[in-house]
Amino acid sequence: MASSATEYVTHHLEHLTVGEGFWTLHVDTLVVSWILGLIFIGLFYAVARRASVEAPSGIQTVIEACVEFIDNQVSESFHGPKDFVAPLALTIFIWVLFWNLMDLIPVDLFPELLKLVGIDYVRILPSADMNATFGLSLTVLALIIIYSIKGKGVKGFGKELFTHPFGAHPVLWPANFMLNIVELIAKPVSLGMRLFGNLYAAEIIFILIALLPIWAQWVPGVAWAIFHIMVIPLQAFIFMVLTVVYLSLAYEEH
Amino acid sequence: MGINVTLFGQMITFLVFILFTMKFVWPPIKQAMSEREKRIADGLASAERSQHELELAKERAAEHIREAKAQAAEIIEKANRQGTALVDEAREEARTVAERERAAAEARIEQEIGQAKAQLRREVSDLAILGASRILEREVDAKAHQQMLDQLTEQV
Repeated sequence: MASSATEYVTHHLEHLTVGEGFWTLHVDTLVVSWILGLIFIGLFYAVARRASVEAPSGIQTVIEACVEFIDNQVSESFHGPKDFVAPLALTIFIWVLFWNLMDLIPVDLFPELLKLVGIDYVRILPSADMNATFGLSLTVLALIIIYSIKGKGVKGFGKELFTHPFGAHPVLWPANFMLNIVELIAKPVSLGMRLFGNLYAAEIIFILIALLPIWAQWVPGVAWAIFHIMVIPLQAFIFMVLTVVYLSLAYEEH
Repeated sequence: MGINVTLFGQMITFLVFILFTMKFVWPPIKQAMSEREKRIADGLASAERSQHELELAKERAAEHIREAKAQAAEIIEKANRQGTALVDEAREEARTVAERERAAAEARIEQEIGQAKAQLRREVSDLAILGASRILEREVDAKAHQQMLDQLTEQV
């Protein structure tokens, strides 16, 4: 039992891969996140194209509620031009939310289905793959640097890197610079790790629940799923809000 | 597990999605929303304006009614005055007419009295002649005594 349980868990944590070493591609992560992203974009684009001023349809009101929500969040924390930041926040929130929702699909459903067509390994939860979460957070890091330069100029950004937080004295430059680099790196790492950790842990708990006998699964399964329904949008929301806050910190003068 | 090239695939996908959202999703939805907001605001403003105009119109109408009432009162008063004047005039005229008629009647009566007197004189003179002729038992030449008789008539 112990060895088969270990086998079961490790089997579920194995990605569908192509390639070797660093050049490995997690096909399952990529395909699932593409599909979810296309659902997000397709849905929003279909609504946006036929957006009605007088008589918004049911789905349009839902989409507008999302847009309004994101717009309020962004307006509260970011005070620069929002042409890019607001769509960015919307993309993060909805995309990550869709990723996280994959956690509620029974852990054995897709592995068993794909076994029928000869695919042995699949993980359908992109948020439990560090490549996906760090893909987002490193992009956010790049944006933080871009917005720092946009907001303060190359000189201003450089000056801030070397003179904050201890002071402008040249002796303090290395300390300032070290601290700022650590701070800069800590942002994407914490973003990516937070999302990954939460969803990875949740996935493992679902896998462990799936190890129970079939008649006993529903009690912990339902309990964990209900608790998890809170975590799913919350993690998406945290990722989105922190991104906006980081960008606003980067953009504005201290 | 572990970081590999999937990371870059995700970053590229992410960027593509952001740019698509920025170009094709966010602006139309935002525009529809702000357009609706504007229309609602306009509608409310125009409703308020109409309300205001209605009040003004009501005020104007009340003003008109007040003016009309004042005018009507004035007209009635004038008519009354005119009526009174008319009645007075008529009364005056009636009085003059009556006066005139009375004067005419008096004149006629006077005339008739005169005529009656003349007739009476004539008759008296005739009677006198008749009497005298009876007394004289003969026909008196009327022509010969006409002057005397006329004098007599004048005296009666």
